[in-house]
Amino acid sequence: MDHIIEVNVIDRDGQLHKLEAPTDMGMNMMELCKSAELPVEGTCGGMAMCASCHMYVESQHVIPSKSDDEEDMLDEAFFVEDNSRLGCQIHLADDLDGLTVRLAPVGQ
Amino acid sequence: MIQTDILIIGAGPCGLFTVFEAGLLKLRCHLIDALPQAGGQCSEIYPKKPIYDIPAYPSILAGDLVDKLMEQAAPFQPGFTLGERAESIEKDSEDQFILTTNRGTKHRAPIIAIAGGLGCFEPRKPPVPGLAALEDHGVEYIIKDPELYRGKRVVISGGGDSALDWAIFLADGVASEVTLIHRRQEFRGHLDSVQKAMDMAATGKIQLLTDSEVTEAHGDGALKTLVVKHKTEGELTLETDHWVPLFGLSPKLGPIADWNLNINKNAVEVNTFDYSTNIPGIYAIGDINSYPGKLKLILCGFHEATLMVQSAFKRIYPDKNLVLKYTTVNGINGF
Repeated sequence: MDHIIEVNVIDRDGQLHKLEAPTDMGMNMMELCKSAELPVEGTCGGMAMCASCHMYVESQHVIPSKSDDEEDMLDEAFFVEDNSRLGCQIHLADDLDGLTVRLAPVGQ
Repeated sequence: MIQTDILIIGAGPCGLFTVFEAGLLKLRCHLIDALPQAGGQCSEIYPKKPIYDIPAYPSILAGDLVDKLMEQAAPFQPGFTLGERAESIEKDSEDQFILTTNRGTKHRAPIIAIAGGLGCFEPRKPPVPGLAALEDHGVEYIIKDPELYRGKRVVISGGGDSALDWAIFLADGVASEVTLIHRRQEFRGHLDSVQKAMDMAATGKIQLLTDSEVTEAHGDGALKTLVVKHKTEGELTLETDHWVPLFGLSPKLGPIADWNLNINKNAVEVNTFDYSTNIPGIYAIGDINSYPGKLKLILCGFHEATLMVQSAFKRIYPDKNLVLKYTTVNGINGF
C-alpha cells in the first residue's frame, strides 16, 4: 500500500471504473483518467485553462477548495453543479483513497 | 489568389517555425489561422504562462516564445490570412491545391502543411435544446456589429470580461433592455468592469440575474423567449429579441475533418518518415498529428516541421538535389 490509492470514476455511460492511482508522482485526476483512456480531453494540459476535465465529486472527501482560476473556468463550462471540479485541480494524495468522481457531460 | 510554396494551416509555434525551416530551403510560406492573431494556443490560451521544455530556454513565457518565432521567421516574409478558417480544398489542372477560407479568400500552393494544433477555436455553445435553429435568428455567440442590437432587448450570458464589457456597452444607450445572466454571484472580469456593471445594475440600466442559467430557448423562426433557471428560486420566462451566450472559445477539429484525411481521435494520421498524410502533398505536424509514440510537445512539432519541409522540397523540385546546409556556416539569407 505504498503510495497507491484506489479511486472510482463513473463514466458518461454510468459505468464504474476502479483505478489504482500513485500518490507520489504529482498526478491529478485529469491525468489519471487520460492514462486509463477514459474520455477526458485535458485540452490545456492541466493549467485550469479549459474546462474539458469537468467532473463531479460524489464522495465526501475533503479536497482543497477551488482557486479563482478554477472557479473562473467553471464559468465557461456547462452542467455545473455545487460538486463540480476540474479534474486537473484534484491532486492525488493518500487521503483521497476511495474517492468517487463522475465525468460531467460534454457540450456540443 | 494568394500563391505560395507551402500553405500552412495554423499560425501557432509549429506553423511559425515551419516558415523558418522552409525559408532555409528557399521555399515561401503563407499562414492561415482562424484566430485574429498569430501564436495559436500560446497567444490565445496561455500567453503569460512559462514554458520550461523549450531547449536552451530554462523558462520562457508562451507569448514571448511566439514573439521570438515571429522574429525568426521574419527574414522569410511569411504571408498571413488571419481571422479566417481554412474551409475547403481542391486540386487544379497543374496539381496545385486551391484552398478557400470561410470568407472566400483563395490560396494556391503545391504543398499544404496542417499545423492546426487542437483545431479551430470556436465559441462554446450552451447545451440548450433547439439552439442551432435559432443561431443568427436572435442567438449570436459573437458580437460582430453592436448596431444589430440598437433598440432591441438583449440577454447576455457569462461571467467574464466579454460578457461584462458588452453588457455595459449595450446598456449605455444602444439596446432598449439588457439582462446579464451568470451562474454564480461573483464575476471574474477586471475590477472596474465588475464595479461598473454592478453600478448599472443598481440603477436599473442592467437587469442582473445571478445564480441563474438559461435552460430553454423558444421562437418560431426567430428567438422570442428564454427560460431562466435560478439555483433555488425556480424558473422564469424572459421575452427577448437577442441572446448572446459568451462562454469563451474551445477548439474543434473543424472543416479539415471533411478533407478525406485519415483521422484517428481528432488527430491526422501521418507517416513518421516525413509527416505526410494519406493525401500526397498534404502534411500534418505538431499537436494535430498522430503516430505511434506521438507526444504533444512544442519541441516535437519543431522537429516534425524540419523533416517535413525536406520532403516538401523534394516534392516541389523532384530533380534538384537537396544538401543540408548549416546556419552556422551560411548564416540566414532572407528573401
